Order: sequence, then structure tokens, then C-alpha cells
Amino acid sequence: MEATAVKKYTYKDFVSDQEVRWCPGCDDYVILNSMQKALPEMGVEKENVVFVSGIGCSSRFPYYMNTYGVHSIHGRAPGIATGVKLANPDLSVWIITGDGDATAIGGNHFIHVLRRNINLNIVLFNNEIYGLTKGQFSPTSVVGQKTKSSPYGNTQPPFSPGELALGANARFYARIGGNNPKAMTQIFIEAHRFKGTSLIEVLQNCVIFNDGCYTDVTDKEVKDDKQIYLEHGKPMIFGKNAEKGLVLRGLKLEVVTIGENGITEKDILVHDAKEKDPTLHQMLIRLAYPIATGIVRAFDDVTLEEREDELTKKIKAGSKYKKTDDLFFSGETYEVK
Amino acid sequence: MSIESIKPAPKELEGVVIRFVGDSGDGMQLTGTQFTDTSAMFGNDVSTFPNYPAEIRAPQGSLYGVSGFQVHIGSVEVSTPGDSVDLLVAMNPAGLKTNLYALKKGHTVIVDKDAFTKKNLEKAFYETNPLEDGSLDGYHVIEVDMSTLTKEALKDVDGLDNKTITRSKNMFSLGMVYWMYHRSTEHTIDFFNKKFKSKPELIEANTKVLNAGYYYAETLELISNSYTISPAKMVPGTYRIIMGNTATAWGLLAASEKSGLELFLGSYPITPATDILHELVKHKHFGVKAFQAEDEIAGICSAIGASFAGDLAITTTSGPGLALKGEALGLAMMIELPLVVINVQRGGPSTGLPTKTEQSDLLQAMYGRNGESPVVVIAASTPADCFNYAYEAARLALEHMTPVILLTDGYIANGSAPWKIQSVADMPEIKNRKVTKFTENWHPYKRDAKTLAREWAVPGTSGFEHRVGGLEKDSVTGNVSYVPENHETMTHTRAEKIRLVQNNIPNLKVEFAQQGDLLVVGWGGTYGTLHSAVKQITEEEGFNNIGFVHFNYINPMPKNTEEIFAKFKKIIVCELNSGQFAFILKANFGKFDFQQINKVQGLPFSNDELIQKFKQLL
Repeated sequence: MEATAVKKYTYKDFVSDQEVRWCPGCDDYVILNSMQKALPEMGVEKENVVFVSGIGCSSRFPYYMNTYGVHSIHGRAPGIATGVKLANPDLSVWIITGDGDATAIGGNHFIHVLRRNINLNIVLFNNEIYGLTKGQFSPTSVVGQKTKSSPYGNTQPPFSPGELALGANARFYARIGGNNPKAMTQIFIEAHRFKGTSLIEVLQNCVIFNDGCYTDVTDKEVKDDKQIYLEHGKPMIFGKNAEKGLVLRGLKLEVVTIGENGITEKDILVHDAKEKDPTLHQMLIRLAYPIATGIVRAFDDVTLEEREDELTKKIKAGSKYKKTDDLFFSGETYEVK
Repeated sequence: MSIESIKPAPKELEGVVIRFVGDSGDGMQLTGTQFTDTSAMFGNDVSTFPNYPAEIRAPQGSLYGVSGFQVHIGSVEVSTPGDSVDLLVAMNPAGLKTNLYALKKGHTVIVDKDAFTKKNLEKAFYETNPLEDGSLDGYHVIEVDMSTLTKEALKDVDGLDNKTITRSKNMFSLGMVYWMYHRSTEHTIDFFNKKFKSKPELIEANTKVLNAGYYYAETLELISNSYTISPAKMVPGTYRIIMGNTATAWGLLAASEKSGLELFLGSYPITPATDILHELVKHKHFGVKAFQAEDEIAGICSAIGASFAGDLAITTTSGPGLALKGEALGLAMMIELPLVVINVQRGGPSTGLPTKTEQSDLLQAMYGRNGESPVVVIAASTPADCFNYAYEAARLALEHMTPVILLTDGYIANGSAPWKIQSVADMPEIKNRKVTKFTENWHPYKRDAKTLAREWAVPGTSGFEHRVGGLEKDSVTGNVSYVPENHETMTHTRAEKIRLVQNNIPNLKVEFAQQGDLLVVGWGGTYGTLHSAVKQITEEEGFNNIGFVHFNYINPMPKNTEEIFAKFKKIIVCELNSGQFAFILKANFGKFDFQQINKVQGLPFSNDELIQKFKQLL
């Protein structure tokens, strides 16, 4: 899949003939458009792209992409995508999932696909609610959240997909607001280029059942102050006037103001997404203020397909079995006359 | 140094069943396998069944730590490992206690007398020593100081520790049995030479002990006569002894080569199916992609993904695993992809009897999914024909774009038998429905007029970009459709597609009487026991009015099924469950009266119980 040999595509080439049926105002439209814009930039033929989804609002996504696609069963997209990729490693494989699909019913597959580091991409639409079943709390819903299945407030503490992912040895993790198509498009392209399993968590607003759940960090007015957009090799600076930064004090990240208390830009941590040790990446994911967005982690590692391919080549080269006949007639056979 | 001993005219037997039992560490599987291979090479027909303890390393000498290996060898066709035993070799009291029930009255048991210590007797819950208290009076007991004799045989061999010496006593018993059945030790000595290539002291030790046992039996006055089993009349060709699970794996390898498709296995370990995974992972040289998944669901899902991407995709499991795979199997059925699902049945329900055999997943295979979800269901009937039916499962899946469930069971999966080696060149063609050149008006659910199978457009093929999924599809475009009439059309189409597989499978063949009073009906892994019972009642007891028909194709059934039922006055359906196949037959062929023989003990049928019941119906 050399970029030079690929047809020139536009956004429209990736739009299918199916009518998009998400609720008006849903961030899912932003994700869909960002993906359709990112794909022509990736340098991949559209017949080599496969979207695999599970069940939920997000999982209708493949129907809207003019590529190959499987709308599968609840939580199991990682299994199906793994089979697709192992069968044909030349394909660009994308898992589309939600917080319920990936972290509840599909939690087991989610951690194992990350652990194995297969070269595929996962876009997790995290809206902290079950949308398609009309409003129940999910594993990412906060305590106290009132939903149809928690009318007096949710009593189950949530986990964070990013922390869970790094615990499962994820090599690539990015987080982005659902209202930020420009950065999202770029992250999709980076995820495609990254060799290994990439997880992109989109903080996606559900206008019907959990409207405004990210307003305090994603709204235009507050986002620069409440979010830090991480870029590899750049200092961890945020704020409307780029006046704030992160430093490490003991075992904690701390927000400091540049120019106050003798702090200069040199004191601010520089983001190293490629670091193997995930400790600082975990700390960034855990930060409540500011919320870390952008590519938090992108550690380059050997993929499962590379390991398998190397092993297969080695075994093929050293084997006396070229055809099944060689095997069937080998060893302890005897003649009956 | 092998022995080609010349002995007085040995007694001729048609068949004999031998069971080797001992502690899990006594090497009984090796002893049994060696005897089997030697007999097969001599030209006997053979059938074996191992019986391991469920515990991996059970305490030494305990009743539940007994490991056994049964082999049936014959100068005539042998179709089962045998019910009752002609010769029992018991290496310790626990082995004797747990296996004596199977020994025919008056027949021989060889015991290692050295192992009948106070401690071992206590572990086996013997209050008195059975070798002394008269409880073995009805049998021909051969007491051998096997441990002592083994030590004696090895006293001049340098470099052996006590453990190695003790562990080679199984070869003493094997040597004795070789002499008793007029077998050469050559094959086993060859085996030592290969296995212990870099350890000459072990070659020497094992050879010495084997020969010591052989000579001991020869000079032992307790054995008044030796037995021989002449070569069986078998179809000429090159053979090997094969286990059912290996045959299944090899059938898939053959299908992969014949179809030109890469083989993908997505699997999760489960008894008694795991050996198929163990076998297929070895064959990376054929490009096999064997993926051990995080669970049963991921096992089948990865296979569905691989099938979508164009591989010959397999998932293997046993009963509880099939239950977990149900939803995903429904998806594979809905998106009409080729997929082979192998269920090595075990005793159920729930965790049930993992190491025992049963045929109780038939209804699960047929109906164990939400909605109306028909798939092809076939069943293998012997260890060797697991090869053919695994191949057949792949052929039908690819030609009809459907999941195919292949049912085997613990009995045939772990049993072994001679397999006349089949070259891929001689196997039937396998066509697949892959498309390469895009034409206008192509739709993912465009169907072949004769089979109703859709086409297989795999990622990487330009022009065919399309989406499939578990939601109901428009019958033409394949787009999501909630139209009521369309759903009914699609439901009927999916059922009809499976029914049409009938045109691509062979007719049933009746064995023994072609018409008459009683038709014995079986399916799957009971072929051997049913066949030998009908054979015995026909050939030895002179009945000429019993026919036998065995089903390997269950959904759909062969075209001539009804025609065959109509030729007999009574029909008896025999299966290792409470009547699941009978239930299906009653639903489909209501005009016949189906009687039943059922057994749900985790055990195969015995010859005697079948014959007795057949006679009651005549």
C-alpha cells in the first residue's frame, strides 16, 4: 500500500449510499465526517479498508462508509477485526465501538486486542451512556448519574477507558473531544500510520440521553483552559494564552503558571508519547484538570502479525513438509497388500 | 536386536481386547500405543481408546490416578475398541480395582506383584490383598515380580537412576504381551532407537527390559499357550494409525490445500477438542494461521473475520463452548459466510462429564441459536472418517456459503484406528464462490439459482466494497431492511438454502438386510458399536432381517431417507442421549414409528446390550 500508487480519493468516495440515521446534533456525525476526510489522506485504496463494529449507536458507522464493513454483534468487533487482519495483514482495519460495547459486554475482547498489538485501529465513542437501548448507565457513567436504570443515581463507580487500555498494555492511546473535527481527522491519520493497535477515545456527546456530559471541558469557551492538547516533543502547555503548564512534583502532575513563582517554559514537562514506560501517560490520562487530549501514547512495538509472519517464514523455510502428502505419508506408515 | 521367535503352533483368535492399566506415571499410553502400532503393521485391524485421569498429576497409587489404554486387534474387521477385556495388564492395585469389572470371567490378568505393597493396597482401598484372598479365583492370574525383574535386567547397564529403572517396567509387560500374541519386538526397538537417539543408555535399558519380558513370558510355565491374530483382510494401500482429532485436523489441512485457501483456526482450549488446536498449530509450514483466542466467543468471531477476509475459517470446541458461540454462529449464518464449527461432544449439560462421551449436543447444533437460524449439521462416525467429514464440512461451507457444524465426540476423537492414507489429489473438488471481476448490478446477496448461495466478495477486491451485518437484509441489495414481507422471504430463503445442500451430498446406504423387519438407525460416533452389533446378530446368530443405516448428514438429511425407512417394519433409533435424533426424525417423518435405544452414562453402547434389545424387537 504505497501512498504513491494509490488512487486520488476525496471525502465523497468514502460516503456510502445509505442515509445516516443518528439523532440530529449527535457528535457521531462529526466522527463520521472526520473519518471520511481522513481516509483520502491515508494513502490506502478503499477496497483495502474494513470497518468492523459491534452493537450500539456508534456501531451503525460501517453502513455509512463506502468501504468493506461488518456490523457484528455486541462487544465482539475486536474478535472479528482480529480475524480479518490475521487473514489479510494488508488491510487497514478499523473497529468502531462505544463505551458499553467496548468496556462492558466486550471488555474481555477489548483488553486482549490491545495486549496483542495487532496493527488495527479502534475508535471508541464514549458518551457515558447506553444510547441505542435508550438511556442506561454504562461502565463510564459517573456515580450519581441519573439514568433510566439508575433513577436515584448510579451507584457503580466508573473506570476510564484510557487507564484500562494502558493497563492492558496499549501502545497507542489518543483522546479527543467529539466537537473537534480538525484534530480528530489528524489523529485518525496518525493512528492509521502507527504500526500496532491504536485506540482513539472520542468524548462524544449524546444529545438525547446524556446531553452536556462533556460541556465543561469541550465547549469552545472553556476548552483551551480545561484541556491540554498533547503533542509529541512539545512542552505540556495549555490555557487560552498558553500561560499554564504541567510539572512533576513528587508522584503528581501539577498545574503551574508560567511567569509565576519563578516558573519558566523550561520547567514545563515535554511530552514524550513514544516512551515505553507508561507511567507518565497514565498520570496524564488520570488528570481531572486539565483533561489530556491528543496522542497521549504512541510506543512503537512489534506487532502480532510481524511475530507470526517471522515465525511462519522460518518454519516454512526449515520444513520438510511442502504439501499435505508429505505429512500424511511421513513417519509410521505401513503397507497392506 | 529384535526377536523373531519360533514357537509351537499358536492358538488362532479372530480378535482380542487388551487393556493396559497403571498409575498415570507408569507409561500405559506408550505401552498401548506401541502394541497397537506393532499389531497394525503386522496387518491387524485395530481400534483403541485411551482413558486418562482428569487430574493431570494425580497422587501415585490412587484410584483416580489410574491411566488406561484399551486396544482391540482383529484378524477380521474391528470397528470398536471392544466392550469386555480378554487380557488385563494391571501395574498396581488401583489399576486392578478400577478395571477388573471389564475382564471376562476366566480370562487372564497380569499383575506386577511388586506393586501390591501394603501402602498401595491401602491407597486402592483393598482391605486384604486380592492376590491372596481368593477374590481373583474366577480369573487366570499371572503374578510377576515385574519391578524386581526389571531391576535385575538392568543391573549391568551404567548410568541409570532408580527412577529410570522403575519407569521402564512397562516395557517388561509389553514384552510379555508381545510374546503372548506372537508379535515381533522390532517396531518398538526401532522406536527406542529414534526416540532416545542421544541417550544410548536409555535405548539399551528399554530394549533389555522389553526383551526380558518377552523371554520371561516364553519360559513362564503359567502361560500354557500363546495366541495369534492373523492379519485382517483390509483394502490394500498405505496406512497409518490415526486418532480422531488428528484426522479432523488433517481433513482441514487437505481441504485448505485442495481449495487453495489459507486455513484459519480461531479456538479456545476445551476438553476434548483441544487436540485439534494442538495439531493445527504445528502446521505453520502449510501457512496455517491458528489463533488461540481469549475465549470461545473470540474464537468463533476471529474465524468469522477471517472468513469475511477470504480464508477457510474454522473454530473448534466442545458443548459448553458451542453454547457460548451461539450468537456469533447466528451472525455467520445471517451474513452467509463459509465457516466450519467443530464440536467434539462430551457429557453434558453444563460442565457435565468433560472426559466422557455423549451425543447430546445434536439439538443444540440444530436449534441452539436465537431466531430461525438453520445451518448445515454433519457428523463423523469413526476416528479415521473424521478426516473425510472435516474435509466435507469445509467443502459444503465453501460451496454453499454457510456455517457447517461438524459433530464428533470424545469417543472417536480420542480413539485411534487404521487410516488408509488419502492423498489430496484423490479428494473431491472444492469450488469456492469468490468473485474477482466487478460487474454492474452486483449485490452482496445475489444468489446462485441452484444453491441459493451468495457470492464471496472479500476485502482487497476492488468494486465490491459492501457492508454486511446481523440486521435483516433486503433480499436483493443486502441493505438493512425492516420490511415485514422481506423478513419472511429472507427467513424462507435461508432455510431453503440449507435444504438445497441435499443435492450435494450422497444418498444413504443400508448395510446388511436391505429390507425386512428391523432397521437399526444411528448417527455419528456410534457407527462402530452399532455396526458390530448388527454384524454379529446377522452373521453369528443367523438373522437376515435386520438392516443398518447410519447418518452422517443430519441437516439436511439425504434424499433417500424416507425411501429407506419405508422398507422396514420397525425402526429403532440408537443414540447416546435421551432421543434427540429420534425427536428430529419424528418431526420430519411422522408416518413412521420410531422406537429408541438411549444411553446417557458417558459411555459408548456395549455390544451385548444392543444385541439383547434388537432381539426383543424381532
